[in-house]
Amino acid sequence: MAGAVNRPRLRAAGLALPLVAFIGVTFAVPLATMLVRSVYDPIVADALPDTLDQLRDWNGEGAPDEAVYAAAARELLLARDERTLGRVASRVNRVRGGLRSVVVNSVRRLREIPAGPWREAMIDIDADWGDAQTWQAIRTAGDRLTVRHYLNAVDLQRLPDGSIARQPPDRRIYLRLFLRTFAVSLGITALCLLLGYPIAHLIAHARPNRAGLLLALVLVPFWTSLLVRTTSWIVLLQTQGVINDLLVAVGLIGDDGRIALVYNMMGTVVAMTHILLPFMVLPLYSVMRTIPPQQMTAAASLGARFPKAFRRVYWPQTISGVGAGSLLVFILAIGYYITPALVGGQTGQLISNFIAYHMQVSLNWGLAGALGGILLGCVAVLYLLYDRVVGVERMRLG
Amino acid sequence: MSMTATVPRFRIGRVVYLTVCGLIFTFLLAPLVVIVPLSFNSEPYFTFTEGMLRLDPEAFSLRWYRQIASDDVWARALGNSLLIGVTATVLATSLGTLAALGLSSRAMPARRLVTGLLISPMVTPLIISAAGMFFFYSALGLSQTHLGLILAHAALGTPFVVITVTATLSAFDRNLTRAAAGLGAGPFETFRRVQLPLIAPGVLSGALFAFAVSFDEVVVVLFMAGENQRTIPRQMWAGVREQLSPAILAAATFLIVFAVLLLGTVEWLRRRAGTSVGA
Repeated sequence: MAGAVNRPRLRAAGLALPLVAFIGVTFAVPLATMLVRSVYDPIVADALPDTLDQLRDWNGEGAPDEAVYAAAARELLLARDERTLGRVASRVNRVRGGLRSVVVNSVRRLREIPAGPWREAMIDIDADWGDAQTWQAIRTAGDRLTVRHYLNAVDLQRLPDGSIARQPPDRRIYLRLFLRTFAVSLGITALCLLLGYPIAHLIAHARPNRAGLLLALVLVPFWTSLLVRTTSWIVLLQTQGVINDLLVAVGLIGDDGRIALVYNMMGTVVAMTHILLPFMVLPLYSVMRTIPPQQMTAAASLGARFPKAFRRVYWPQTISGVGAGSLLVFILAIGYYITPALVGGQTGQLISNFIAYHMQVSLNWGLAGALGGILLGCVAVLYLLYDRVVGVERMRLG
Repeated sequence: MSMTATVPRFRIGRVVYLTVCGLIFTFLLAPLVVIVPLSFNSEPYFTFTEGMLRLDPEAFSLRWYRQIASDDVWARALGNSLLIGVTATVLATSLGTLAALGLSSRAMPARRLVTGLLISPMVTPLIISAAGMFFFYSALGLSQTHLGLILAHAALGTPFVVITVTATLSAFDRNLTRAAAGLGAGPFETFRRVQLPLIAPGVLSGALFAFAVSFDEVVVVLFMAGENQRTIPRQMWAGVREQLSPAILAAATFLIVFAVLLLGTVEWLRRRAGTSVGA
């Protein structure tokens, strides 16, 4: 009996299982490893195990014992041979600025020294090796588990005494960046709603043939490559571009007064609104199509002027579409990377662009992971909300 | 009196409304419309030359198309895009269709959770997916390989297959499978001879979506592709970032035509699915 009840369950689960396993291996696990990287950083612990072991007995004041120096000299030279020295130095440098060059330069000169005592030799190479703060930094960098990246990602830092404080004003960038990303995404969502609502209405209540054509006009940009659309906006908006040429030709601006419309926040907002607009139009259209147009006529014949009829009769029935479209556009906007990277210039960059920067340029992968973790958390909350309100399987795709 | 007052106001409102809609459609389409003539520019500029505005035939040429056609780099990029796109699509479509069949069954355990997991690659910011995949695939020796990109793109494409096929299945009349079973068909035969032909349009449009995702994807490619895996979007990216040349516009025009063809096919399939599945 139990077998008969369970067989359909097993069959359904069995059908879904291959994809669940596939997504798990190719997507979910990689994502998880990225998040682990933001709290787990074993590079120094793996490269300097003996040094850290010896430092455990050190009281944190003055220069440590010869044993620490001997272990450090040996392990730093080994790290150089194994090509991990650069990453060890960067990691220590993030705890205490300036130590990268101390570590890298010292190791170069350490190679010429055949034997100890290492303490004098290292202090002789660089007086920083006699400074307790250098060794404190190495000890801190030796922790495998760290919340440092998350602190960093919200502009906080851990002071040497262990307390948590805000970053100095010139290094507070990420909270503002998150705020900027949210504000810009909200603005883009509002613009999409403002532009999407009238045309969704037009399509939903047009005669079938014309509606099909108009819908196609929304869907062609939707299917066109993102890079193509971004490139077109550069062509249109750049200072020697089509729109500026047009403005000069009609005499609205002089040839020397061309406006910077792209490679700034303006470019990001215009191009992203254009790219995300179909995601707003489609759910709105789906909802509006079910509203009989006679309702508005009825409201008008009962004496309601258009604004009132719209507010009391039409708008309330489109709320679900407004919610679905806005959530989707907002979710997609806060994670956008390509468009800001290409048309955003210096001022139009969003959080994703800084994640890319830390992945590819500064190689601060832990911070990239922490910024990504926070962004992912925001998206996850919105995604759950979307699932509650709309249902993810009911997403409309073209 | 009141009649004569409302009619003009109604007309004016209508004119304003249609004008606004017209402007919004212009905003939607202008970027695509502008690119096509500019790709025939005979000068290396991104803007309409005086000759072009006078419709002087001298001002137009196919030089950027010739440049792309004769450039090995673009040919190889197209090859890579097609190879990765088609293989990822086959993988995504077969796994996605199976999963959609499971998810549409009323007996599916933890359906909401599983659906949420399977759709998540679509809403996860690409930069995060790409960064995670980069580390993981590098550790497995899969970065800078075609296989790595195929697996990554298949993962990104599956949500689209799951959504379109699930939507088609929700319109599917379950009595048909019961009838087939009643007539003695096994589950596999029922699937092959009854269910699959009816949901085929949904499966195909899911496949086209998955292909479009891979064919347009550049973030994962930026992180994981080596010289040998450069795709068309990667070439476009390089063109926009590094050396802006109208050759990019020729490639863009090609991609717009391609998008119109894809859209046409999907709409045609949707109409077929609408008439044949009915229910």
